[in-house]
Amino acid sequence: MKGSIIYEKDNTTLYVGLPEDIDHFISEDIKAETDAYLESGCIRCIVFDFSRTVFMDSSGIGALMGRYKRMKEKGGKVMICGVGDRIRRVLRIAAIDTLLPEIEKKEKKS
Amino acid sequence: MSFEMESRACNEQFARVVVAVFLSRLDPTVEELDDVKTAVSEAVTNCVIHGYEEGEGIIRVEVSIDGRTAAVRVIDHGVGIADVKKAMEPMYTSRPDKERSGMGFSFMEAFMDELEVESEPGKGTVVTMKKTIGGTEQ
Repeated sequence: MKGSIIYEKDNTTLYVGLPEDIDHFISEDIKAETDAYLESGCIRCIVFDFSRTVFMDSSGIGALMGRYKRMKEKGGKVMICGVGDRIRRVLRIAAIDTLLPEIEKKEKKS
Repeated sequence: MSFEMESRACNEQFARVVVAVFLSRLDPTVEELDDVKTAVSEAVTNCVIHGYEEGEGIIRVEVSIDGRTAAVRVIDHGVGIADVKKAMEPMYTSRPDKERSGMGFSFMEAFMDELEVESEPGKGTVVTMKKTIGGTEQ
């Protein structure tokens, strides 16, 4: 079963609410859909929200790094939020925890 | 325990969940189970993307338990790997076009205790991974 990815655009920031499991299967969607938002223009920052995520393998790392490189070329940035213990361990083993600044989870607008 | 499945991306989750459920009898910690799930996911993903190049094929997964050590073998009859040493180098990927991280084997090594890769071009690949659950064997 494929989890859902939730996209929310706020001004020039794209929030990507990641699914429970991030593997090769869903990574292809994350890449294609996030890039479609980037094509539509004026995104300066992507925030990947891991609040729901409990599993990620190296395919997820590939998707994150691909977006990181793309944003860096355009002078934009990629940040992460909602990172739990498991994802922190995976990011650390991939040695990309230092590349992606972590921010507090955005408050839901009422 | 063993099972065979079609080489499809949607089966990656199935494979890691089945292995995790089977190994739950060793009473692993959540972290140990997640480590095995990650390693299985990496091995099966390699079969799907590289072994069978996203075409048709059968992936076989074998799991055995010896004492507190779990051994997982992931077998494909795909294209094989000409240079296993190179394939196992961190960050190396034969498919930079696919935005692969090149960390598959590194993740298997990091999350398991032992990793062995046997491959023959045109014949296929066998990945064997072992992990002792609950630290060192008593």
